[in-house]
Amino acid sequence: MSTNTQNSRRDFLKISALASGGLLLGFSWLDTDAAIPVAITDLLAAEKKGFNSYLSIDTDGVITILSPNPELGQNIMTSFSMIIAEELEADWTKVKVIQAPLDTKSFDRQLTGGSGAIPHSWKRLRTAGATAKYMLVQAAANQWNVPASECAAKNGMVIHAQSGKKLSYGSLAVQASAIEVPKNVPLKDRKDFTLIGKIVKNVANKSIVTGKPLFGLDFYREGMLYAMIQRPKAFGTKIKSVDSAAAKAMPGIVDVVVFKNNVAVVGKSTWEVSKARKLLVIEYENDGGIPESTSDHNAIFSNLLDKGNVTVKRKNGDVEAAFASAAKIIKSEYQGPFLSHSPMEPMNFFAHVRPDGVELVGPTQTPASARSATSKLLGIPEDKITLQITRLGGGFGRRLKFDYVVEAAELSNIVKAPIKLIWTREDDMTGGSYRPAVRYRFEAAIDSSGNLTGYKCRGVGINSGSPTREDNFPSGAIDNLLIEAVEHKSAITTGAWRAPITNFLAFAEQAFLDEVATAMGKDPVQFRLDLLARAKSNPVGTIKYDIARMEGVIKLAAEKSGWGKKKGVSQGFSVYFSHASYVAQVCEVVMQAGKPVVKKIYAIADCGEVVNLGGSRQQVMGGVLDGMGHAMYGKLTFKNGAAEQNNFNTYRLIRMKDVPEVEPHFVNNGIEPTGLGEPALPPTGGAVANAIFKATGKRLRNQPFIEDEIFKTT
Amino acid sequence: MPIFKLSINGKQYQPDVAEDTPLLWVLRDHLGLVGTKYGCGIAQCGACTVHINGTAVRSCVLPVSSVKNSAVTTIEGLSANGDHPLQTAWDEVDVAQCGYCQAGQLMTAAALLKKNPHPNSEEINNAMQGNICRCGAYHRIHEAIKVASKKI
Repeated sequence: MSTNTQNSRRDFLKISALASGGLLLGFSWLDTDAAIPVAITDLLAAEKKGFNSYLSIDTDGVITILSPNPELGQNIMTSFSMIIAEELEADWTKVKVIQAPLDTKSFDRQLTGGSGAIPHSWKRLRTAGATAKYMLVQAAANQWNVPASECAAKNGMVIHAQSGKKLSYGSLAVQASAIEVPKNVPLKDRKDFTLIGKIVKNVANKSIVTGKPLFGLDFYREGMLYAMIQRPKAFGTKIKSVDSAAAKAMPGIVDVVVFKNNVAVVGKSTWEVSKARKLLVIEYENDGGIPESTSDHNAIFSNLLDKGNVTVKRKNGDVEAAFASAAKIIKSEYQGPFLSHSPMEPMNFFAHVRPDGVELVGPTQTPASARSATSKLLGIPEDKITLQITRLGGGFGRRLKFDYVVEAAELSNIVKAPIKLIWTREDDMTGGSYRPAVRYRFEAAIDSSGNLTGYKCRGVGINSGSPTREDNFPSGAIDNLLIEAVEHKSAITTGAWRAPITNFLAFAEQAFLDEVATAMGKDPVQFRLDLLARAKSNPVGTIKYDIARMEGVIKLAAEKSGWGKKKGVSQGFSVYFSHASYVAQVCEVVMQAGKPVVKKIYAIADCGEVVNLGGSRQQVMGGVLDGMGHAMYGKLTFKNGAAEQNNFNTYRLIRMKDVPEVEPHFVNNGIEPTGLGEPALPPTGGAVANAIFKATGKRLRNQPFIEDEIFKTT
Repeated sequence: MPIFKLSINGKQYQPDVAEDTPLLWVLRDHLGLVGTKYGCGIAQCGACTVHINGTAVRSCVLPVSSVKNSAVTTIEGLSANGDHPLQTAWDEVDVAQCGYCQAGQLMTAAALLKKNPHPNSEEINNAMQGNICRCGAYHRIHEAIKVASKKI
């Protein structure tokens, strides 16, 4: 088995006749470059070797594509399939897309995170489509006894122009499956793309608008029990005693079990379980950690920024000398609160631990890690654990953490029954996966000739990991530069929140650069272009961003927004490189009843090749609203270790009336795709804050903006 | 537990549940109608929106005992073939991202158009303000309601 797996990993493309007749083209996402195609004659044999990753063409012409990465609204099922169909010259109306289960033998990087799925799979998917097309064309040429070079494929048909003959993919599928798999197939020139770059609608639209059971919370298995867990309300505490008698006595309750710091109520319906859980009497005590409050964090931030044990992340030139000889020094601090991810579908997972293996079903961004953790916890080998990925009702990084998957498995193992674990909204918001709270101190030195000679950024975060991105812009453009980081370890647990770190750092940095440009009397756009020109002609140290791409989005943003030329609106500018893409934004603010109102945001993205123009616009517009909504309203505070907001009545998310016009554009420069799930979010806070400064003269340095006095009714 | 006689999407159901059970959980856990979603449980997000006698109601805070003889409509019963003007507009405009909130958005919008077939932008905003879309599909939700209103 393991030997077969190893061999199969080196084989890129495999074919087999479908049981019903037709072409099965299995393509492993592993090791595409080391491809030695091997034909497989039996589908079952193929499956035994782990080939569950394939596109198949049935004799009726239906093309089925398995989409390996979890779908959470980034529209991956549509865009992955478009890439295959483009090279395949498929009839898009005959393409059917299915979510693949976790299958680490056939797929690699079967996760959703880091804006990485399309960049990772772009070439593999194209090659898979092109290979299948080659085989279909060859099958037709053989049948007509003409050279394949005289045949063309289009819209699910192979055509021989000279004779006027045509054959559909469905009718060729069986013969095509016998063709030797080609080693090096040519890919299309991008000018010939007919699907890629177009607006293609979400393949799940019909199921979504008719309320089909797509999501984890919708999953039902006959005989399953429902479960909720009471976790400690405050970070830094543990269970001292539990009295579950009243809860156990409630109708519909099957069991109440205590494990780790959890008290789980298991019963026959969600409502009965939730009612019984309220009757638990649990005493908590300190667990040795500190149940911190937000006021503690403010003190910790100040203390660490002044006296913390900093790590130097980057140093160029002589920063002390630059500041000592400065004619003007600008110094500002920016602070961001904890945030909840709050995907609309709360955490949930189905688990059934049986003597012969484990079945897991539900929404996760990291199925492989979830299974691996379950395997370790239960001591059951991974190959005895199946994981079916449902559609995710949003993720935003929350479902990169698999705590709720492991909880479900552990609980099923304890109660020896199939269970569906459900987190309520309150459980999710108080349960400990937050965007870390952070504070940054920026300083800039300007010499007597008006040049920016020194730049410092010191970041401190609470369980943030490194809060800096030291090789990002403006590093490389300033002679004397110092980037430092400090981290505070806390009992409050954090996690990756859409565009980790940069979701706030970008705001702080882009707002500070606006302060510097203003102090230097420079136009904010020209200021950034001047810095980039410096980094291009004479870079200081190494940089990890592409100057031309950053210039490209800046210039297009200025052009599309009519930067500096508009009357009656105040414009603010921001640009940021995150993950592997570039986004520039211009925000327009007007004053209404004495308060600033965001009317419009232009967002210009360079994500390389745009695969689905519709899906790409969704990512940009949604990313902008996510960035604006949290910058304006998002705040999670703590008192004695417990979150003070626990639902949408106290934790404000952006709603329809808050939404400005958003105008997305793309620099479609033809480079390979570089990802778009996150990069549109980071620049937004800065663009908004800079436009508000333009309109009011007030610098917003703390989020959420809504708490600033400029938004208060006078 | 008492048995309640409910009329949902034109069909009769008799769930045996506690009288304080919210309609949402009766639909989801007892009747298998899972198109109606749980989002907050306190009538703040709109994911659980259904129609009671044609009016949009948050089913997560509506005890089953208060439904009585009212006609309940869920997303599964909004149209026979998924072809309500809003459902087709939702597809035409390609509204959904993750899709989780969309049943609730559609039900709120359908109740709006029933009362006011040609709402202006402000009326749409007012009606939809109670429905959260975490993906930020608000522009397209708004547009799709306008598209549908032209077909009515």
